[in-house]
Amino acid sequence: MKKRIIVIGGGVAGMQTALRLAEQGIEPVIVEKEPELGGKLRGWHVLFPTFTPAEQVLTDLRRRINERGIEVMTSTEVVGLEPRSVALADGRRLTCDSVVLASGSTLFDASIKEEYGYGIYDNVFTSADLERMFNEGRVAKADGSAPRRIAFLHCVGSRDEKVCQQHCSKVCCVTGVKQAMEMKRLFPEADVFNFYMDIRMFGPGYEELYREAQQSYNIHFVRGRISEASPTLEGRVQIKAEDTLTGRPLRMSVDMLVLLIGMRANDDNARLADGAGLQRARSGFMAPRDLFLGNVASNVDGIFYAGTVTAPKTIGESLNEATAAADAAVRYVEA
Amino acid sequence: MKRRSWQEYQKEIADDHYYYARSCIRQNFFPGSEKAFIDILTNDLGKDLLDDPKHSSCTGIGYHSDIVPLETIMTVVARQFSLMNEAGYENFVTSCITSFGIYTEILATWHEFPETEEKTRENLFKATGREFRKPANVAHTSDVMFHFRDEIAARAKHRLVNAVTGEPLRVVEHIGCHYAKIFPKSGIGGSEFPYVLAGMIESWGGEVVDYPERRHCCGFGFRNYLVQANRGYSIANSHKKLESMAPYKPDFIVANCPGCAMFLDKWQYAIAEMEGTTYGQNGHGIPVLTYEEMAGLVLGYDPWALGIQMHQVDVEPLLDKMGIEYDPAAKYLGRNGKYIGKPESAVVNCCPTDTIYDIRE
Repeated sequence: MKKRIIVIGGGVAGMQTALRLAEQGIEPVIVEKEPELGGKLRGWHVLFPTFTPAEQVLTDLRRRINERGIEVMTSTEVVGLEPRSVALADGRRLTCDSVVLASGSTLFDASIKEEYGYGIYDNVFTSADLERMFNEGRVAKADGSAPRRIAFLHCVGSRDEKVCQQHCSKVCCVTGVKQAMEMKRLFPEADVFNFYMDIRMFGPGYEELYREAQQSYNIHFVRGRISEASPTLEGRVQIKAEDTLTGRPLRMSVDMLVLLIGMRANDDNARLADGAGLQRARSGFMAPRDLFLGNVASNVDGIFYAGTVTAPKTIGESLNEATAAADAAVRYVEA
Repeated sequence: MKRRSWQEYQKEIADDHYYYARSCIRQNFFPGSEKAFIDILTNDLGKDLLDDPKHSSCTGIGYHSDIVPLETIMTVVARQFSLMNEAGYENFVTSCITSFGIYTEILATWHEFPETEEKTRENLFKATGREFRKPANVAHTSDVMFHFRDEIAARAKHRLVNAVTGEPLRVVEHIGCHYAKIFPKSGIGGSEFPYVLAGMIESWGGEVVDYPERRHCCGFGFRNYLVQANRGYSIANSHKKLESMAPYKPDFIVANCPGCAMFLDKWQYAIAEMEGTTYGQNGHGIPVLTYEEMAGLVLGYDPWALGIQMHQVDVEPLLDKMGIEYDPAAKYLGRNGKYIGKPESAVVNCCPTDTIYDIRE
């Protein structure tokens, strides 16, 4: 009889884990709380640094899941886990031989940073809103007109002790560069500014993208965080910042302010961790057993991690980690 | 204005029995405001309030100017609490924003660092032989006014609407920095979208103006003003706010801090004299009220009894808009009809514009 491994979460990490498990003769079951597979990627337009459509990646993963006949339980919420079973919100308990937790992370709620007026001023958006607008093919100010000046603000809900999010969300810097370039393509006449405290271009092709944004797209990068946003009489957004390279305060009005929101730990990580005896990092993300030799294993035998449940990661990293987590889980159940 | 977030910042405000701590400077700046607060609470709303002559300055101005050490101010604050205990009260209300910030900060410090509270108890006992219990509730007087805004609205003789057109008056509200910028949770609405004054304005029929520099400091900032060389910085801040709010054509400004109400009023005079620039719709200044004065006008108090003739910018255009009757001849008659003197005419008020001069000449 085949060994059965439950994969909690049907985002890219969960899907890739299940595929890898199935390839090795294991029976995976994906438990996803949303009505369909795809996770955060469902709301994304194109992926950095290659501008690959997110849908292309998702379509391929979904097709392979279907072809392999992998069991998928959607609209199903997990409320607890153990190495040999998973408890569901409807009271059922699924038994298994091991569990891979790939429940991902949560996008930071930008309205918590009240000074930026998200949810209050019409022309303040988040990076996730912008991706949705790209997907819908309608990127515009709230009144439908084209923006003439656009500002991106990095690190909203990342590296910010005031909102208890000390960690770097890693992917927002390059997302800001990518989205700025997409906006410039849509609105070539617009001035596009990126306000940052560091630009962390860690991945292959990222630094090149950052350079291209400046040299070919004439996107302005200002080292300084925006301190506050306010509405103007014309429906624009006035922002204040300090350009820390010139040491001067700066005030400008923009048509759109885009907040590059970070990734934070899921609220239910604490409950899941407490129930299963799992360790969490100070950031609230799950803590792997060892950051070098056991980064897909948890501190509990039989429970493994894949994707952003342990820390912010790119899509590529999540996919790679899913493969590693699946392999580790197979070794565990076949030992 | 989609100000939903203010509802997440609520605090407990006592319903009755207040120990009232006055401000050091407000009675000079707005001599009727504190009396109006006491009258509104005791006469109009029937609440119990003790105006205790024994309490002293909180020494907040000295503390923020680095001449009163932390241990000293903690001991002074402890003495105020001791006086409150002695009088049989436990709800402390303070008229000054700086004092409110001081009490909030010191209570938080004692909570976080209990050894500082112990040391304060020791110092107070050594200095005065007194002991103290911490208050059950600390509120600013604008919190209390906010708390009773609906009761005041129910008794309103006038509303914050233009009596001729029926349109709501457009009001700029300005919160003192020490009200919520130190501890956002201690202010109604937090620090970014404070609602304490906005709530009163909306309850009494007015419309809050949201303008780009709404959060900006008025420029008082102690060192900015107390150090004479820094006063240009002080006026620059008020200037920035006035420039930003003027296009919205506000009918008046209301503030809950002694310094803010004074500087937003007086610096309009200075700017008008220096540059000939005024910000009101009538070619003169924008009237500036305290929240007690605003409440007093709504409740039908006599404007001169509220002391608004002591403001730099004339408030009569606002009284006319609200349809409030007043006796122009009584403006400069103080208590018992005694003439209190009349200020020189100024550009910011209703006077000929040929009094403008260029300070550079």
